[in-house]
Amino acid sequence: MSVADPTDPPLQLDADETARLRRKRLEKFGKWLLPALVLVIMLALWDRIVVWNEIPHYILPGPGLVFETLVKDWAMLFEALLVTVQITLMALAVAVVGGVGLAVLFTQSRLVEMSFYPYAVILQVTPIVAIAPLIFIYVDSRIAGLLLCAWLVAFFPVLSNTTLGLNSADHNLRDLFRIYGASRWQTLRFLQLPSALPYFLGGLRIAGGLSLIGAVVAEYVAGTGGLKSGLAFRILEAGYRLNIPRMFAALILIAVTGVIIFAGLSFLSHMLLRKWHESALKRDH
Amino acid sequence: MEHVDKTFNGTVTALKGMSLQVREGDFISLLGPSGCGKSTALRLISDLLHPTSGRITWAGDHDSGDLGVVFQEPTLMPWATVAQNVWLPFRLRGQPYTAVRDDVLEALKLVGLEKFQNSYPRELSGGMKMRVSIARAMVTRPRLILMDEPFAALDEITRFKLNNDLLRLKAAIGCTVIFVTHSVFESVFLSDRIVVMAARPGRVITELDVDAPYPRDADFRTSSEYAAFTRRATDALHDAMGEAA
Repeated sequence: MSVADPTDPPLQLDADETARLRRKRLEKFGKWLLPALVLVIMLALWDRIVVWNEIPHYILPGPGLVFETLVKDWAMLFEALLVTVQITLMALAVAVVGGVGLAVLFTQSRLVEMSFYPYAVILQVTPIVAIAPLIFIYVDSRIAGLLLCAWLVAFFPVLSNTTLGLNSADHNLRDLFRIYGASRWQTLRFLQLPSALPYFLGGLRIAGGLSLIGAVVAEYVAGTGGLKSGLAFRILEAGYRLNIPRMFAALILIAVTGVIIFAGLSFLSHMLLRKWHESALKRDH
Repeated sequence: MEHVDKTFNGTVTALKGMSLQVREGDFISLLGPSGCGKSTALRLISDLLHPTSGRITWAGDHDSGDLGVVFQEPTLMPWATVAQNVWLPFRLRGQPYTAVRDDVLEALKLVGLEKFQNSYPRELSGGMKMRVSIARAMVTRPRLILMDEPFAALDEITRFKLNNDLLRLKAAIGCTVIFVTHSVFESVFLSDRIVVMAARPGRVITELDVDAPYPRDADFRTSSEYAAFTRRATDALHDAMGEAA
């Protein structure tokens, strides 16, 4: 707590209030300014280390060279990015359909849940890198294989969060629905699904990142199968050729993609919940 | 005029040998300490629980629109607007909003919230949420409304106001009310019959008639008649507690 200066004019703002306003201003700018500042410092440091130590570019390229490569190889990298993004988004879509579908099935029938939930957990806890080679032995279509891998990684958070959400509908509201003679479908549609929405969206944000990871890992395992190559394959290929700058450039693209997916899903979540859910409410005090 | 009769005869240990005749238009309070089976009785009447023995019967046919319920919490759907919340009983019967909009707005008007039809529950105060909940219970013009300590969580000023409003609303739609409370004052002010209950096992101890005429208002709340009824109800409750201990 700060102590007010006794010579201050008698403003309405007391010490607490001024401190609060200052904090608020700091938050507003700091949120963007500070990370940007850290980025600039890190880049400068990276650049200086490379220059001062005369590190050759096939060991550690400077940020300038990475950027140059990004521009120079843009056509090839962008094509690879599109492949990876395509797999990621398709896997996410399948994860949503599969996860929500299974969750609804689980909440409709306790028997189904008891029978299959343990296997969903087993699929989740087995590392995808260990399963992926097998998948590519049995699945002919490379796209289908990639999709399957990414889906295996991504569907679980959607499933578990949605199940939790469907089961967390207010008990009095459930009673009310029973009293008014609501059908199963009505209870699901008007009560359980809306209750599950915030949980589902939380799971979706995790699944977005995971489906990118799944897609990248699957590409590493699958290698090139004659089809168009994604970013992960480009990284591998550049590694064999000791084209380190291109590895960095591709890595940056993957990271940026992940951030955009996360930001997009966060925005979607905010738009869907802003009217009613606690998480999306602004509180002023 | 139809007569609604109900008889409970014993359930688990929550309620033992309870018999209650409810007449059309009654305002009955179930008054008693915690654990006396008041809420169990309501859940039985609303068919959420089934009696272990004994039975509950309605005179004449009844369907889901004949019953309205108000819980201790407002129990609104936070993702739906006030009007959508009140629409719920109709919606579950497959009636589109446009067909029942007048009923919904009428119910909101009765509780004085017609201006808030497009608000979300979080934008309302505790008392206003409870009004929405009451509007939802009344919108189908039910024969019977069950209220489970609906005002227990509200401050006294809001509570008095809602008590007054409740009597006005009951008169307006002419339904029967069964009201669970552990407030002696509330039960005397609202009801024409008070059923005093005791705990362990939950059972009916006695029944008091409050034969003061309706409409009752703030004057009644300060009258000596009111004080006398309150005294009698308090004594009955004391007996009930003493017997249980």
